[in-house]
Amino acid sequence: MKFLAARRRSPLFAPSLLAIALVAVGGAYAAISSAQTAQAADAGQVAIDEGNKLYLTGCSSCHGMQAEGSANGPTLIGVGAASVHFQVATGRMPLAAPGAQAVAKEPQYSADETAQLAAYVASLAPGPAIPTAEQLDYEDADIAEGGVLFRVNCAQCHQAAGQGGALTYGKYAPSLMEATPQQMYEAMVSGPQSMPVFSNGTLPVEEKKAIIAYVSELQVAPNPGGLSLGRVGPVTEGLFLWTAVFAALIGAAVWIGIKAR
Amino acid sequence: MSQASPIEKAGGGVATYVDQRVGSNKFLARSLGKVFPDHWSFMLGEIALYSFIVVLITGTFLTFFYKPSMIEVVYDGSYVPLKGILMSEAYASSLDISFDIRGGLLIRQMHHWAALIFIAAMAVHMFRVFFTGAFRKPREFNWLIGVVLVTLGLVAGFSGYSLPDDLLSGTGLQITRGIAQAIPVIGTWATFLLFDGQFPGSDFISRLYSVHILLIPGLILALVTVHLMLVWTQKHTQFPGPGRTNENVVGYPLMPVYMAKAGGFFFIVFGIIALIGGLVTINPIWIFGPFMPDQVSAGSQPDWYMGFLDGALRIMPNWETNLFDWWTISWNVLIPAVIVPGILFTGLALYPFIEAWVTGDKKEHHLLDRPRNNPTRTGFGVMAITFYGLLWIGGGNDVIATSFDLTINSITWFLRIAIFVIPPLMFVLTRRICLGLQRRDRDKLLHGYESGRILRLPHGEFIEVHEPISIKEKAVIMSKTDIAPLPAPERRDAAGVRNKRFHLQNVQHKLSGFFYAENIAKPSAAEIEAAEHHVAHEAALEAPLHDYEDADQINPFHGGVLHHPGMPETNAEQLAERSQH
Ligand code: HEC
Ligand code: HEC
Ligand code: HEM
Repeated sequence: MKFLAARRRSPLFAPSLLAIALVAVGGAYAAISSAQTAQAADAGQVAIDEGNKLYLTGCSSCHGMQAEGSANGPTLIGVGAASVHFQVATGRMPLAAPGAQAVAKEPQYSADETAQLAAYVASLAPGPAIPTAEQLDYEDADIAEGGVLFRVNCAQCHQAAGQGGALTYGKYAPSLMEATPQQMYEAMVSGPQSMPVFSNGTLPVEEKKAIIAYVSELQVAPNPGGLSLGRVGPVTEGLFLWTAVFAALIGAAVWIGIKAR
Repeated sequence: MSQASPIEKAGGGVATYVDQRVGSNKFLARSLGKVFPDHWSFMLGEIALYSFIVVLITGTFLTFFYKPSMIEVVYDGSYVPLKGILMSEAYASSLDISFDIRGGLLIRQMHHWAALIFIAAMAVHMFRVFFTGAFRKPREFNWLIGVVLVTLGLVAGFSGYSLPDDLLSGTGLQITRGIAQAIPVIGTWATFLLFDGQFPGSDFISRLYSVHILLIPGLILALVTVHLMLVWTQKHTQFPGPGRTNENVVGYPLMPVYMAKAGGFFFIVFGIIALIGGLVTINPIWIFGPFMPDQVSAGSQPDWYMGFLDGALRIMPNWETNLFDWWTISWNVLIPAVIVPGILFTGLALYPFIEAWVTGDKKEHHLLDRPRNNPTRTGFGVMAITFYGLLWIGGGNDVIATSFDLTINSITWFLRIAIFVIPPLMFVLTRRICLGLQRRDRDKLLHGYESGRILRLPHGEFIEVHEPISIKEKAVIMSKTDIAPLPAPERRDAAGVRNKRFHLQNVQHKLSGFFYAENIAKPSAAEIEAAEHHVAHEAALEAPLHDYEDADQINPFHGGVLHHPGMPETNAEQLAERSQH
């Protein structure tokens, strides 16, 4: 220990020790962290591979072996994970039967499989990603502003109460009463079928959150006026008037008109 | 009636009581003892009257809180999803009525439901008047007043629908403005006048408000008064029946029976409106949001009574004529929103006069027609209602498309063809059905009605027992007046003078033939007498069968079959026995 004891007094001792320690720590950190990214990369690759397998069996017949598209379906290159997740989680894909529009039904894939399919398509080319938890956190969003945005951007197709509406040639904007926040977000960024894409340029994340908050409010809103009649407006009101109400009124007239015997 | 009933005495009692204090004996005695015929369909006008009263009462409540102003305010009421939003004071005050004023929503909903019922009741009342021919002389003016009342009702309803200034009502106004603009020459001008400049402007709501709460209700009230006074002085019509003629009125005296019934009915109508006002949402304006010119909701519809106009607009092809790049005629709006309703309402107003001219009928009518006895009129009515109904379907095409998995385009194309095909088809069909019913009436008179009891005679022959119809039914059927079509006009009269009105008279002759040529004449007195003989004869033939007390009942549900062991077995024997009796 003499050697060390002798050098200890050297003015260079402390700095060099620090340098060695730093190098050691830094090196160890680098080694560990690069192992972690490698692991993550491996996991991502696995998801993509699994997704590819699912894709080849379930989707390639229409979208092509490399998702390049075919006569039966458009290309998926660049549509992004959000689009795939939306289409598959709402059961629209795989397409059951050709029609005016893909119909939402029971999802065919589990949540994991859906994520794998999304990962595979996202790996082909960049596109809108699945929204993060932070992007979907609408707790603090302004519901009233969301209402205004909804009426400006969405009500012309989905109806002011979100009950849906008809488009041309049998196409329709579906009711939003069952849509989850994630589906709403994904629908906005991917623009399924006749629906336009609402990119972050046209509708910033904060505004998307506000819309989600408003629609979520509509989904649970009570009906202060009583029976809602489906919230579709005067058509059901008129139907109710000419059936139930008039049956009651005319029934009463007949009853009163019967001669007292 | 020679003896005053207790009811009439009561009426007289009231008259005396009031008279001793007011001194109006003659009028009251005549009025309170006045007789009203009784039929449920005569209550339809009352539904209109009572719902109108409810509209007035609830509307008065609403005026206490509604602010007809388009000044922009920031909403600060208790409906959270709109808090902090810029909106007109009109919309904000409507929200306040719905959420922050006690009972406000109930009254708002009652007002709206009552308005819808008012117009619907007018329509149904009008159908009753039309199909029974109650509009005939001397009641043509009351019919005209009625047509004006329907029109005013539409304006009243639509102006009210536009007051809350929510997205739906604003959309309706925007369409109205488009329609006004499409009127040639004056259109643009008129809209500027109406909206005081650009749409929506800043004055429109307050103008509409005066129209809605003052002008239109005032006119309706005045016209309803005249309408009822005319019913009063002309006396109500009645349906045919025993003892009812064109010269008398059979029914209950006004006081107290009719009053009690009418009063009770008022409370029933009021109660039904209160019930649905409390239990069923109408026009949830808070969901639609405030009106902004840049917004529109899918499935925007007007209230039911405007649906036919909206439907006409929706199914109309997009036709326009552009004259010299300088003047555009928008047929796509003009035809469905101005010309079609114009024809519909003009036809409605003129119908009594047209029918009287065509049929040459100048008599007074206080006895109602049964719809079947005027097949052409009934056919026209059904045709018009069908046409209206098809346009109505057009107004809901989007909701129908999504509800029944159809495409809007196929509904539109279906309707474009259907409005030309189905109404005439319904006319022919209705006319056929009416003539069939007339024929059946005639058969009933001549052969009695088929009792449904089948008798099997011993030799195997089946006969159905016909029984004479009741006195009441006979009176109803015999009430029919057979009107002969007008004779063909002569070109020259006996003296050889040219008939200047030949062509017009010829048209009249042809049209009245269209009305009445196929009429099934009711049997003449001689025919009825002969028929009665015949029925009596048949009954006599059957009579001995009923004498066998131990006859077998073969089918207990569908009449008895009489057979007795000792009865003749063969046809020859049977016939011999029958002819002996
Ligand atoms: C029967 C043919 C068919 C099958 C199978 C099918 N698709 Fe599709 N897919 C279509 C068609 C057609 C469209 C375009 C029209 C539409 O969206 O309905 C489409 C659209 C899509 C879109 C939207 C593209 C865009 O532009 O945003 C996605 C994402 C998608 N499919 C994913 C899938 C996935 C993932 C599968 C397998 C689970 C699949 N599809 C199976 C026919 C099919
Ligand atoms: C031009 C009409 C149009 C507009 C505007 C529009 N959408 Fe859509 N939307 C559609 C159509 C069509 C579909 C159905 C697509 C499909 O079936 O693949 C749809 C589907 C959706 C869905 C999926 C519902 C489900 O059944 O899972 C959501 C959520 C949605 N839209 C939200 C919105 C929101 C939020 C806006 C406004 C920012 C909006 N849309 C604007 C037409 C529209
Ligand atoms: C404000 C709306 C209306 C009110 C309150 C009203 C009220 C009434 C009432 C209470 C009667 C007597 C009872 C009955 O026959 O029902 C009556 C009769 C009559 N109404 Fe109306 N009515 C209205 C609108 C109309 C309309 C729209 C028409 C036709 C276009 C019409 C045409 C007639 C005619 C012709 C009679 C005489 C019927 C008869 O004597 O048989 N009314 N009305």
